[in-house]
Amino acid sequence: MPKDHGIGASSKRREDVRFLTGTGNYTDDINVHGQLYVHFLRSDVAHGRINKVDTAAASEMPGVVRVFTGADFEGVGSIPCGWQVTDRFGEVMQEPPHPVLAQGKVRHVGDPIAAVVAESLSQARDAAEAIEFDIDELPAVVDMKEALKDGAPKVHDDLKNNLCYDWGFVEENREAVDKAIKEAAHVTTLELVNNRLVANPMEPRVAVGDYNRANDESTLYTTSQNPHVIRLLMGAFVLGIPEHKLRVIAPDVGGGFGTKIFHYAEEAFCTFAARQLARPVKWTSTRSEAFMSDAHGRDHVTKIELALDKDNNFTALRTDTYANMGAYLSTFAPSVPTWLHGTLMAGNYKTPLIYVNVKAVFTNTVPVDAYRGAGRPEATFQLERVVDKAARELGVDPIALRRQNFISEFPYATPVAVEYDTGDYTATMDKLEEIADIAGFAARRKESEAKGKLRGLGVNCYIEACGIAPSNLVGQLGARAGLYESATVRVNATGSISVMTGSHSHGQGHETAFPQVVAEMLGIPEDQIDIVHGDTARTPMGMGTYGSRSLAVGGSAMVRATEKIINKAKKIASHLMEASEADIELKDGQFTVAGTDKSVAWGDVTLAAYVPHNYPLEDIEPGLEETAFYDPSNFTYPSGAYACEVELDPDTGKVTVERFSAADDFGNIINPMIVSGQVHGGIAQGVGQALMENCVYDENGQLLSASYMDYAMPRADDVPFYSVDHSCVTPCTHNPLGVKGCGEAGAIGSPPAVINAVVDALQSGGHDVTHIDMPASPSRVWAAMNG
Amino acid sequence: MAKVEMTVNGKTVSGEVEGRTLLSDFIRGGLQLTGTHVGCDTSQCGACVVHVNGQAVKSCTMFAAEAEGAEVTTIEGIGGNDGSLSTVQQAFQDYHGLQCGFCTPGMVMSATALLKDNPKPTEAEIREYLEGNICRCTGYHNIVKAIMAASGQDVGAIAAE
Ligand code: FES
Ligand code: FES
Repeated sequence: MPKDHGIGASSKRREDVRFLTGTGNYTDDINVHGQLYVHFLRSDVAHGRINKVDTAAASEMPGVVRVFTGADFEGVGSIPCGWQVTDRFGEVMQEPPHPVLAQGKVRHVGDPIAAVVAESLSQARDAAEAIEFDIDELPAVVDMKEALKDGAPKVHDDLKNNLCYDWGFVEENREAVDKAIKEAAHVTTLELVNNRLVANPMEPRVAVGDYNRANDESTLYTTSQNPHVIRLLMGAFVLGIPEHKLRVIAPDVGGGFGTKIFHYAEEAFCTFAARQLARPVKWTSTRSEAFMSDAHGRDHVTKIELALDKDNNFTALRTDTYANMGAYLSTFAPSVPTWLHGTLMAGNYKTPLIYVNVKAVFTNTVPVDAYRGAGRPEATFQLERVVDKAARELGVDPIALRRQNFISEFPYATPVAVEYDTGDYTATMDKLEEIADIAGFAARRKESEAKGKLRGLGVNCYIEACGIAPSNLVGQLGARAGLYESATVRVNATGSISVMTGSHSHGQGHETAFPQVVAEMLGIPEDQIDIVHGDTARTPMGMGTYGSRSLAVGGSAMVRATEKIINKAKKIASHLMEASEADIELKDGQFTVAGTDKSVAWGDVTLAAYVPHNYPLEDIEPGLEETAFYDPSNFTYPSGAYACEVELDPDTGKVTVERFSAADDFGNIINPMIVSGQVHGGIAQGVGQALMENCVYDENGQLLSASYMDYAMPRADDVPFYSVDHSCVTPCTHNPLGVKGCGEAGAIGSPPAVINAVVDALQSGGHDVTHIDMPASPSRVWAAMNG
Repeated sequence: MAKVEMTVNGKTVSGEVEGRTLLSDFIRGGLQLTGTHVGCDTSQCGACVVHVNGQAVKSCTMFAAEAEGAEVTTIEGIGGNDGSLSTVQQAFQDYHGLQCGFCTPGMVMSATALLKDNPKPTEAEIREYLEGNICRCTGYHNIVKAIMAASGQDVGAIAAE
């Protein structure tokens, strides 16, 4: 019987009611009395020297309050980068400044040149057209390898070149890997592109800056996954506002997928302008603006080589990647191709020797940073593609080759510096074979062929690292932040509870799932517990939600705080029942004394804490509120096996996904309904990447895919019903809930399954195709078939 | 500026609008009915779907002035007056057909219009009808399932949760 409340129950989401009735509170729904509107004039060239920006005429236009340019931000800080990578020669990365508004040069299409603040949005837009500017267009660098050539135009004049860093990992393995590859019985080589994507949460970014001159307090309402991080970065590094004078509120946020982690110039602008003008300033991104100002994702060009011995055991792996940084370093950009990518290259396999090289490159394109999975999809895609290619070259079953090389003993220390605590890759593969009905594939292929279609089956595994930690380690790796999480559990006098968490929900359902945990621990109903998040004034300093960390890190903080509550409540209960504290038990919301029939209810204890008439005041303080900060001792390692079946129309090259199955091991599960939903969404994004989505620049740096007319988002008829399973459970050993995280798995695990399936379909039709780059659009597939 | 008057969720409303004011902007800004969302500027996403004279319409594709005299229903007006959820709204909650909630008003308005025309749509019909509504969170699985359930079809056989 499935549980109907607490841990493991598919509790219905309480946040749904406001979203379903149109009463959510998204940032664009917030209008502050007297607010002004800002419109950014953005560069339409990819690279250019700014000779003149004349705002005189625009300033005279109706309703215009002020026009800002880069000159207004002299003396204001640069938008900071939160991660400093050290290269393989021991040098720190090249780190250019990133002004709020362009100064001297524009470096990508969409770089803001000026900002018009006016009484209405249409007045601001109209006035922007009256700004006279003179920009000398410069040659742009778009292709990464071109950007690294001697004499290539420099994105930043003050840097040596366009190379941000040249990272090697693990550098000491380099020669041993080269040697093993040279001596291998078989080497499979694959060159591939991990296509540039735009995260596209359906809610565009919005920022509203407000300023109260009387007490010198600024408030920023923003579409962020991590309001405390924004407060820290913007307050300390850009605008110089101390924390107690700066409040950041991220209310209901309409999806993030990574792109709302980062601190953006528009947030700093609205906060700054509100202070200058002593009036609220609001910016709402249009979708077109989002395409040229939201950080993009992926964009790697890779060559990977897998060495095998004569028995098909993996002996070494070498990978060379060029990673696009875009024109500026977004908040976590340098960490994505390095620590979130290189550390995952062992995958599910016991390859003994691995070397990863990554060259991060500046180009005249929008900055690139984390998008759902961030580095781990790029690692998984190349690894699972090269394993599949090896199987085909060797004429062995791709599933069998994987099984043969699985890591099977845990804990397992990989040659890329991480230690997997638990996993059972054979179990998830077994489960996948069952739910995907792999045995029935041959018959389904026959049916497709009878209709004149090709059918392919693609299978792959994945491992990911979630809840990135611990803080002291990531500090050594270059993180300029801690990666703990916080929670305050405030028990009220009548026993109801508010949990203030540093995690942030933008679709994940924390308001439902987090209370399930506390309810389980205390034995009280879930509806007595509410979650408070998204407001720096109401929550303890916390790092927010990304990297599938909310439950593993934020949930753990909440558990620790709740444990403190239980300890104190037991002390109070022991006083009320005149029993020894050691004999007090808490079950179903009742405190009992072991071996007796004495009991007091949860509510009696909480009341005593706040009305401490009969209370051990000499031993403990009144009140019942506890805070915990939790810093994990390791990453968590969700893993799984995915299968995709495609049908391919040889006449048109169109690929349709007929079946998609996912068997995941997420450790313990709090709310299975929410977990499945996370996997579904990730799969659709992965299928989108594999078959449809592509962010394209031309050689001059013009963004060709700048709206939903040109950037193909997956729609309801592009995907089938999925079959997902998370019954294989190897609990995480180092966090109190035994949870691993589930937010990114779908997007990490699905692209290789799709492409493996497309290649399988093509080969079944006699086409000598060993790889096809994403997105496998009809034109690319057709071209692959027709030479 | 011109005056426009229409019925929104059963109430007569009026306001001053520019010729270029979109119905979506009038609903969100003028009427402060912020349940109707704007997710794009090319009429592609469907976050802004409302009903105009009983038809599902992307409110970003219509000028406010064009709705003069029309009967408009927004997400705020689709449930019961007592705050109860409509069958479609309830099914979205029961089957986890929403995550961040941003596409949800448009999805619910589209689904409601579909079921009015086609009370028992097949999976394929639902997917095709939703072509104009983008959701980035759910992968559509539970949206399609919720709509099938709202139309009284048995969805027990459709995989997990
Ligand atoms: S806002 Fe109307 S279709 Fe996107
Ligand atoms: S629920 Fe987030 S876009 Fe659909």
